[in-house]
Amino acid sequence: MSKHHVSTTINGEPVEFLCETQHSLLDALRDELQLTGSKEGCSSGDCGACSVIVDGRLVCSCLMLAVEAEGRQVDTIEGLAHGDRLHPLQQRFLEAAALQCGFCTPGLLVAAKALLDRNPQPTETEARYWLAGNLCRCTGYDKVIRAVLAAATDVQEGARKA
Amino acid sequence: MTSHGHSNGFKVVGTRPIRPDGVEKVTGRAAFGADFSLPGMLVGKVKRSPHAHARIRTINVAPALALPGVKAVITAADLPEIPSEESFVGEGPINFRDLSRNCLARDKVLYEGHAVAAVAATSSAIADEALERIEITYEPLPHVIDVEAAMAPGAPLLHDDLFTQGVEPAPTRPSNIAKRLQFVLGDIAAGLRAAEAVVERRYTTQPVHQAYIEPHACVAAVAADGQCQIWCSSQGQFMVRAYCAKLLGMGIANIRVTPAEIGGGFGGKTLVYLEPLAVALAKKSGRPVKMVMTREEVFRATGPTSGAVVEVKLGATRDGKITAAQAVLKYQAGAFPGSPVQPGCMAAFSMYDLPNVHITGYDVVCNRPKVAAYRAPGAPIASFGVESCLDELARTLGMDPLALREKNAAREGTRTAYGPVFNEIGYIDTVTAAKKHAHYSAPLGPHQGRGVASGFWFNVGGESSAEVHVNEDGSAVVVSGNPDIGGSRASLAMMAAEVLGIPVERVRPIVGDTSSIGYSFLTGGSRVTFATGMAVVQAAEEVVAELKRRAAMILDVSPDAVAWKDGAAVPTESYLGKFDPLSLATLALKAGRTGGPISAKASINAQGAGPGFATHICDVEVDPETGKVHVVRYTAVQDVGRAIHPSYVEGQIQGGVAQGIGWALNEEYIYDGCGRLENPGFLDYRVPVASDLPMIDAVIVEVPNPRHPFGARGVGEVPIVPPMAALANAIFDAVGVRLADLPMSPPKVLAALTAARN
Repeated sequence: MSKHHVSTTINGEPVEFLCETQHSLLDALRDELQLTGSKEGCSSGDCGACSVIVDGRLVCSCLMLAVEAEGRQVDTIEGLAHGDRLHPLQQRFLEAAALQCGFCTPGLLVAAKALLDRNPQPTETEARYWLAGNLCRCTGYDKVIRAVLAAATDVQEGARKA
Repeated sequence: MTSHGHSNGFKVVGTRPIRPDGVEKVTGRAAFGADFSLPGMLVGKVKRSPHAHARIRTINVAPALALPGVKAVITAADLPEIPSEESFVGEGPINFRDLSRNCLARDKVLYEGHAVAAVAATSSAIADEALERIEITYEPLPHVIDVEAAMAPGAPLLHDDLFTQGVEPAPTRPSNIAKRLQFVLGDIAAGLRAAEAVVERRYTTQPVHQAYIEPHACVAAVAADGQCQIWCSSQGQFMVRAYCAKLLGMGIANIRVTPAEIGGGFGGKTLVYLEPLAVALAKKSGRPVKMVMTREEVFRATGPTSGAVVEVKLGATRDGKITAAQAVLKYQAGAFPGSPVQPGCMAAFSMYDLPNVHITGYDVVCNRPKVAAYRAPGAPIASFGVESCLDELARTLGMDPLALREKNAAREGTRTAYGPVFNEIGYIDTVTAAKKHAHYSAPLGPHQGRGVASGFWFNVGGESSAEVHVNEDGSAVVVSGNPDIGGSRASLAMMAAEVLGIPVERVRPIVGDTSSIGYSFLTGGSRVTFATGMAVVQAAEEVVAELKRRAAMILDVSPDAVAWKDGAAVPTESYLGKFDPLSLATLALKAGRTGGPISAKASINAQGAGPGFATHICDVEVDPETGKVHVVRYTAVQDVGRAIHPSYVEGQIQGGVAQGIGWALNEEYIYDGCGRLENPGFLDYRVPVASDLPMIDAVIVEVPNPRHPFGARGVGEVPIVPPMAALANAIFDAVGVRLADLPMSPPKVLAALTAARN
């Protein structure tokens, strides 16, 4: 079985990789590209630990075939910070203690980024429903939601200052 | 956001610094179990039983081995046969013969998903095909899923050699009841005679899974000389080392286990499943082997905690003094003995000061996966019954439910039914704080109700090792042997910083592998901040003592002239003005000329873990059309002794509550008539999501534990104990029907509402 050659863009950088037909984007990210920040929690699109943004849309990378990344823009947790400058979401997660084990954290951050891209000032209810696809078993979501809402304000203020 | 509160005279303890491992975890760089790889690594997978109960007639692995790319296949025949040997580890009993047979079935499969064989191949696809090619012939046997059906005479027997312990005379016929326990205080018959009101009810709970988001994962490599290395996520690298040594007949010195970051455990990662198989496959193939469970395997073959029947009878005088408390607890153990019924019995009434108590517990095997510890193992199940029944008693007496608890509260000097007498405890403080909380008197809307419940957990201490090293620039490294499951690096670094008198940012905590730090019992029992914290404090205090000696040497003064304050050697009172302070940085710089590097280690068996108590208030809204219960407000009050890092203490409380709400409302294992699990995935096994929950108000009460240098008690487990009863009591308050069977899912609530209407 010959492998497929895929040309794509990941976190703004052109990337090429080889994959088998049945491989998910998550398999390619983790096993071929060593981008292990995206996590596999269920492989059925229920837990959101593998969340990535593809052409501006939030997707579970376990539900997308690797070959489908051809010509797309894929954003993963590894691209959220700019060098040593953390994204406001990351900073607020740290300050609010919005993580315990940290396994669901990359997926939650990517999903929250997709939320703020679309809805810069979500209400608590909007944030809760948007993040309902990202399971966290440790935190009870309280501090996660607080961090996301605080980061939304930071992003707004950052945009105003710019 | 970082607050540097100076309450209680501490500079670091009680503040909220950013956790030292935080940036790794928000940038995706932290390496969890499945993130580790080695060159030439094979993929290992497990062949599992399709039957709930069957005799294994034959296993033919030849067709799998014949497949190109398959490098090794193992079955139980590749593991040493281990005699029955029970020991108490973690938070429950364990028998290594059973653990071996749970890792790979021998003679019989005892539940659907039971591991029978394992393969290692050069790719995932080849490993999958190899599993298909393993030929196993089974003789299916009658199975039993329900706990009371398993206890009944004539039930299908899982183990021919299992005779009930704890009954006289010893039974001559095997049964599924592994053990009967009794805890008796006073005279229950007299207590019931003295009662003016008696309430009695039977409650049931379903097995629930710990449902950590990270599936089990490991990599194992074995060198030609037998030296073995394992990289895995678990609640204890030393536990993995000891269990693998035992199950594989290896010397402990030949195994080195490096802990990965752990993506949640909640007790479920206090056992081994994959690690011995990966080692056996690596040994057989001569290549490193990586094994990662699927979510379906996690549900079918690991955890969960017991489902149970809980029968409670309470008697009280008209003024609310409880005269008799009786409970019968029947816990499913899964395929092998070892349910948490003992801690369930011990925790059942421990919030209360009771004259007459009678508790009977049964540990019952059935054709389900072997249970594993889950957060306060056994206690939430017992408490669902006891705290629901207490609510009924309060209503019967026409008493406020918190007033009833207050009247019967355990205090310093209370004797528990399981023996010990409490010293300083904070139960009554949680009840008082709950009564005073604005939540308790806030108005309720239509279809809404309010419930309260309390909870207890022992907390444990145990063996811990820690090292503190002073770096050349006066910063420090703290090494411990406990996986950081929810922020313990932060609490350990904070306690070291407090003792050393330096900012916490100058302390780097790491979790050592089994060859780089002394033995440490696993992360569980809410013990790390307490017990490993004590080891860290002890080591840091030794470092300070050494720093003072070095300072005295440099200053040429007597050692008793030197005190330690704010990270510097300073003159004691009688030597004031005799010398200038010498900072830790200066002392570190001169360490080479004053005797060499400065470091200290402590290996202890920590005693005196203070028990934890909590009282929760819950408001629900019940949809009368659908039976859906929505939690609209939740307040959890808990005595934590001393909150080292309040944010992570709140996080433990909030997380425990969320798990309890899932247990109460949605989570359960659903079996078909053939004993096959029907919901092994997050779509059908529904853990709470963000839109299911409100903010959870965690109220910290601090009654310092006199046995810990900063007063800490364990905090992680007790918050999961009260929620199920708090919700059931709130539902009753809202709609006047008593839900006694978990989960209180919409169909059950609707059926109860309909029955009540008719």
